[in-house]
Amino acid sequence: MSPLNRISLGLGLAFLYAPIAVLVVFSFNASSLVTVWGGFSTRWYGVLVNDGPLIAAALVSLKVAALAALVATVLGTLAALALDRSGRFTGRGAFTGLVYAPMVMPEVITGLSLLLLFVGLGLDRGLVTLIIAHATLGLGFVAVVVGARLKGLDRSLEEAAADLGAGPLRVFATVTLPLIAPSLAAAFLLAFTLSLDDLVIASFVSGPGATTLPMRLYSQVRLGVNPEINAASTLLVGGVTLVVLTASFLTGRPSAGAQGT
Amino acid sequence: MKRLLPVAPYLWLAAFVLLPCLITLKISLSSPATAQPPYLPVLDWSAGIDGWGAFLEALDFANFETLAGDSLYRDAALSSLLYAGMATAILVILGTPVAHALARSPARLQPLLVALVIVPFWSSFLIRIYAWIAILKPEGLLNAGLIWAGLIARPLDILNTPAAVMIGLTYAYLPFMVLPLYAVLSRLDPTLTEAAADLGASPARAFWTVTLPLARPGIVAGALLCFIPMVGEFIIPDLLGGSDTLMLGRVLWSEFFSNRDWPLASAVAVLLLVLIVGPIVLFRDAERERGEVGR
Amino acid sequence: MAPFLTLERLTKTFGTHDAVADVSLDMPSGEILCLLGPSGCGKSTLLRLIAGFEAPTGGSIHLDGTDLTGLAPHRRPVNMMFQSYALFPHLSVARNIGYGLKGLGRAAASARVDELLRLVRLEGFGNRAPETLSGGQRQRVALARALAREPKMLLLDEPLGALDRGLREQTQGELRAIQRRLGTAFIIVTHDPSEAMALADRIGVMDKGRLVQIGRPETLYERPVNRFVAGLLGDVNLIPGTVRDADGALVRVETALGPVLALGEGAPAAGAPALVALRPERLSTSSADGDRNALDGHVEASTYLGDRIRLQIRMVDGSTIRATLPAGAGLASGAPVRLSFAPDAATVMAA
Repeated sequence: MSPLNRISLGLGLAFLYAPIAVLVVFSFNASSLVTVWGGFSTRWYGVLVNDGPLIAAALVSLKVAALAALVATVLGTLAALALDRSGRFTGRGAFTGLVYAPMVMPEVITGLSLLLLFVGLGLDRGLVTLIIAHATLGLGFVAVVVGARLKGLDRSLEEAAADLGAGPLRVFATVTLPLIAPSLAAAFLLAFTLSLDDLVIASFVSGPGATTLPMRLYSQVRLGVNPEINAASTLLVGGVTLVVLTASFLTGRPSAGAQGT
Repeated sequence: MKRLLPVAPYLWLAAFVLLPCLITLKISLSSPATAQPPYLPVLDWSAGIDGWGAFLEALDFANFETLAGDSLYRDAALSSLLYAGMATAILVILGTPVAHALARSPARLQPLLVALVIVPFWSSFLIRIYAWIAILKPEGLLNAGLIWAGLIARPLDILNTPAAVMIGLTYAYLPFMVLPLYAVLSRLDPTLTEAAADLGASPARAFWTVTLPLARPGIVAGALLCFIPMVGEFIIPDLLGGSDTLMLGRVLWSEFFSNRDWPLASAVAVLLLVLIVGPIVLFRDAERERGEVGR
Repeated sequence: MAPFLTLERLTKTFGTHDAVADVSLDMPSGEILCLLGPSGCGKSTLLRLIAGFEAPTGGSIHLDGTDLTGLAPHRRPVNMMFQSYALFPHLSVARNIGYGLKGLGRAAASARVDELLRLVRLEGFGNRAPETLSGGQRQRVALARALAREPKMLLLDEPLGALDRGLREQTQGELRAIQRRLGTAFIIVTHDPSEAMALADRIGVMDKGRLVQIGRPETLYERPVNRFVAGLLGDVNLIPGTVRDADGALVRVETALGPVLALGEGAPAAGAPALVALRPERLSTSSADGDRNALDGHVEASTYLGDRIRLQIRMVDGSTIRATLPAGAGLASGAPVRLSFAPDAATVMAA
């Protein structure tokens, strides 16, 4: 690796990690001034665990993320299977577009349009609408991750199972599913993370009593920098890092999650 | 069996992607009202065909006339494109060397390095932008560092300026540029650059005449992946830009949440979509033309 | 005449593995040298050291009086034809060939490209994209591109490796004809002994990073220095024994099949274990007169090959020897046979 390459990579990674490092370091700051170091302290973590509304928001986020990721994984896997297996079906082009659209559409559009739908349907805004919105968002990402795995699958394995007398369902359950299982887990975790991270769509489609963690954090961030948020952020970043590393480990290829996005 | 696979996701996507878009389009043609829901007309299903007629008659382009007539929206649209375009250009310039270095790093380190690029990309977007506030504000770390180094005497105003928005956009979208570029560059046959060097090309000429043209698909993919969401970005201009930073995502947000003008917010959404689809179509056509000339 | 290319104690180490170990060789200008060996023997690394893609761990490279050792690849007056051809997919055939002609004017460069297209018989293909060409045509574009800058030496990494068998033999002839016409020194890396034999003025055999033997093809075939070289270039019978004495260039070896007299330039001293290397086609069934060696056995299997017959002979000590005889020798299985060979048909080497 040439010195030039080493420098570019070093600077690039430093740029990506410096703000996160600042966040983490200052979460252990004794001073309530965010940019002045007042000695090491874990007091903000103490404040954090006693912040009832924040904890409640975190619980809402986790509940929504888990259910939305579950729905997204099931539907996204079906979509990936359809795109990989069903050949030419009516509306295939439109279907492909619909699968990928939520991934690239600005969140303000997704959020607004879903809200307008829910209002039009007379659906009360709350947990259910949040879960629907986040499942829709995650569906495309799941389809990409699972689709990548399906494309790399040796089709002769399934053909061998069919040749040995297994019906289509048995082939799927005993051969296809175990082979794509790691990518399903990774896809679930990515959909989970996306839901956990979303502020914009949630702001549109959630209602009273369904405040998510990013919504709660956003309302505090707007009031200015605050060391308690640093502490919350540190926990969140740590959690997400763990999830991403697990996902990388499961797919055996760290890039699998993001390359298709 | 195979025919049935698409049914469930298809229905879901039709209901929660296609239908909402159509509704948004319809409401963008409606008028605001102090009612629940706050727009008119609302289709009266019980009135049958007559209801439809009255419904369609009540739709008009008033909101789009407002968008075209008011310089606020024109400026917001222009500056959204400008911010996104400039940030995309900066990202290409910054992302290419990083992706190139990543692709040339030792094979056993590559998975780790790629994971390092991905981790911040999946960490909370809101929080990563929030972190920049502490860095960029007048008494923040950047100013403190510059003053300590003796480069400036008084703190610079960076936060709440266009510069802060550019920094935020560049920062948040760097992985989106690096990863697709890396995907292309890492598949590039290394003997091609060796062949260029063998034929007398300096490393710079080899990069310019061989690596870069072959990395084009990655650059295009990365640029689109960054440009599209940046045009509609809300969090970055909201947290890092001043109150006078105009971007469509933010205009839509305030029309919806502050002014409660749902039809106008919908019209902004439609405008945003048009602004995004335009570059995609242009890019695709340009690429297709290039592909045909290359044959 | 001073050698054109001189490699002196060239070594390349990757980690703890010596890819190229202490290779020294001299090469006159205008020669075709084939580096032959199994994959992983270091022949490609040696080529990449000369081209400048790898920096040597030790040793030096001199070409035509200039020290190339520390020079970047793009400053070396040598060019390489890559095994994969490494044609630029985004450039036309003409622009691929003209890539290295930046220093020339536009008109001169285009004239040179035309000249090269004629040389490799690809007139009219200049505007084609490389991916629209057949394998053989791509190979010729790669050759033309590598020759465009009139290199002092051309390095060819498995130049025919990607071609079909039939095309390969035809292309060998063309490659040799082009080299004779231009007089450029060629170093060709190959793992195919018959290709090396067909192309080379001299062959350098490499094994585990070392240059084991270098010489004319017939020298290597007839006088291999060890069993590796002997076995690489064709079928060979190796008869173990002990050196008894030397008689000028001839060495007498005591074997289980009786005493054998054979050529032994590099043979070990008397009393040392040795091998007698004997090509199957150098054996005959004519009577052993003069100082011809004789070996007795029974025909175990006989394979009819049209123009010749291949025999497997069970010897008196239970070992087998393979012999290739002219067709019509008509030997039935189980028949006793006496094989004979002249002393200069066999070579004695260290065991």
